[in-house]
Amino acid sequence: MDTMIADSVEQILQVCCDPQRVRHVEADPRGKAASTMWEVLAQSGFIDALCPEHMGGAGLGWREAAPIVFACGRHALPLPMAATLLVRAALAEASIDAPSEPVAVASAASVLDDGSVRADAVPFGLAAGWVLVRLPAGDRLLPLDGASRSPFGGRGSLSADIRWPAVPAASISLPPATDQAICWRATMAALTAAQMAGAAERVTVMTIDHANNRNQFGKPIGRQQAIQQQISVMAAQSFAARMAASIALGGAGWRVHPDAAAVAKARAGEAAILVAAIGHAVHGAIGVTEEFDLQLYTRRLNEWRMEYGGESYWNGVLGRTLLQGDMNALDFTRILTAAT
Amino acid sequence: MISELPFVDIPGEDESLRQSVRRFVRDYVADLPPDIRARSWLGFDAEFSRQLAARGWIGLTLPPEHGGHGRGHFARFVVAEELLAAGAPVSAHWFADRQSGPLIAKYGTEAQKRFYLPAICRGEAFFCIGMSEPGAGSDLASVRTRAGKTADGWQMKGHKIWTSNAHHSHYMIALVRTSGVPEDRQRGLSQFILDLKSPGITIRPIRDAAGDEHFCEVFFEDVELGDDALIGSEGTGWEQVTAELAFERSGPERLYSSSVLLEEWLDAIRRRARSGKELRPSDQVLAGRFASHLTVLRALSVSVTCKLEAGESPVVEAALVKDLGTEFEQAVPTLIADALAATPDEEPVPQLARTVAYLTQVAPTFSLRGGTREILRSMIARGLGLR
Repeated sequence: MDTMIADSVEQILQVCCDPQRVRHVEADPRGKAASTMWEVLAQSGFIDALCPEHMGGAGLGWREAAPIVFACGRHALPLPMAATLLVRAALAEASIDAPSEPVAVASAASVLDDGSVRADAVPFGLAAGWVLVRLPAGDRLLPLDGASRSPFGGRGSLSADIRWPAVPAASISLPPATDQAICWRATMAALTAAQMAGAAERVTVMTIDHANNRNQFGKPIGRQQAIQQQISVMAAQSFAARMAASIALGGAGWRVHPDAAAVAKARAGEAAILVAAIGHAVHGAIGVTEEFDLQLYTRRLNEWRMEYGGESYWNGVLGRTLLQGDMNALDFTRILTAAT
Repeated sequence: MISELPFVDIPGEDESLRQSVRRFVRDYVADLPPDIRARSWLGFDAEFSRQLAARGWIGLTLPPEHGGHGRGHFARFVVAEELLAAGAPVSAHWFADRQSGPLIAKYGTEAQKRFYLPAICRGEAFFCIGMSEPGAGSDLASVRTRAGKTADGWQMKGHKIWTSNAHHSHYMIALVRTSGVPEDRQRGLSQFILDLKSPGITIRPIRDAAGDEHFCEVFFEDVELGDDALIGSEGTGWEQVTAELAFERSGPERLYSSSVLLEEWLDAIRRRARSGKELRPSDQVLAGRFASHLTVLRALSVSVTCKLEAGESPVVEAALVKDLGTEFEQAVPTLIADALAATPDEEPVPQLARTVAYLTQVAPTFSLRGGTREILRSMIARGLGLR
């Protein structure tokens, strides 16, 4: 099951999301290239992977669906696939029809005195059709028609600052929070960690390849111990990021345990720093050119690292939980891992 | 090559060992101060090992017909984790339980298994591992200790060093040259089980910087060995050692060397908070950082254990996890030292300070023992397809 999903997602993304297409979508996030790519993904059925089978979904949990998110990172997918999967699952559970466009999730949002709604630095905000926000009145899915959005990040970034003049009439209300209230930020942090693990894997593979093919001093640079040591570090960090995300996405449903999400995002963030830095160090100057693909993945590693809370934020959350309880570190770790 | 390391659970039947092991171990070490418990798998207590054996917690992976418990690697993982987290003095039985026993079970003759394995499982036969030599450290294949064939066995001559616990052990499994010259590298090496009481063997402990004696020099002057001292086949010592190192490198002892200090520090912060002081944000972040690293490392180690359990020899994966693990073990005393020194106006906690001092002094060995960080990284690079 696991490899079946991984293999078919891989096949689809290889075709519809090659580096040139990624660049086209980044240049025009609501243009033809973006809508063509989204159609392929929507038709593949993967966007309903977590929806129950009686609602046309595959009824999977993150445990089985995690490969989809890893693959999104590995291919630098310039669309909010993971967020869409998540929100569609939440809507399906509440028997609410989901919109057909891609959905982004805001890390934070607020209603201003004049009734306008503001969400800053929304990941994939430039490429989404809808944005999920948590407002004082509850969780709302807001259409981007009629909203103003401006690019937030650096070149190629799909992150946006978004303003709605008011809560749009067409917005969709999610059911009021219960005991099982989902923490969107934590869940998205875990999913972002999984994307980072995918991107880290891609950067590692590219770096090994480059080290084996680039000759200096009459031999491949990968024969130099100094390079080997660095690539080994990078591979270990890449494995750590993958495991961190796998722990958080280890559950049978679509909910993610917030402590496990904290582990995932904090650990993947640390890994991302080293993976991106070593990837660039080994590639040399070619690695920072626009033409060479490396930057597509390292840019995402650096950007994703800061989205939905970074290392200090999540380590702080996790540390406070650990210190306010009386469990030893081993039991804390054990129980956290078993809880997912 | 490196295979994937999936997230797996420890099976419930093995997990169920935990509470009884914990009760016994925590009780046994209750009166030991943390800087002594921080010796972890360097601490020697033969009585403790015998009591552990009596409860069936040594030789968990060894076959029942030879006194073992046939439980597998997950069971050993759970027991090892509880022992190390508590800082139990496990070194007497540690090396036999971890690698010598499994080596004998895999390569030994029926007679060797019958002779050694039951004694290991009773906690009565302690082993040390004779690998390094004065001229063969990271370059293990250049060993010069030799065994030559005699009419009724072997005669051995040479010198091992950095052998942990040789002075407390009954037996050594030594990697020695049986043919060719050191330049032949991996070819011509064999493994022998030596009774350390044999004539011609001299053991000299080496005092470490913390004042302890755990590793030793061992001299062999024309030591006479029977034919039955050879373990496995003549000339395949290198392959056997490689398989053994997967056991040596994969286990929880590569994550928990600073565990006692970590727990003591967390408790100290909790006491500080209970006395009315605010939790410092930097302590929260640091505690979280330890927790996020430990959670991932432990899951990686469990995943490697799963491969051992499936009968694989995850040599490169184990090296990768050991590299990450020892980095964590070394970071714990370094970062806690800084956290403690961040409050110069507060009253220090003496036992915490002593534990930091001890670990800081021995922490460099964490990434030396069992294969240095640099050697492991070269192995990992080869596993990744470099060279």
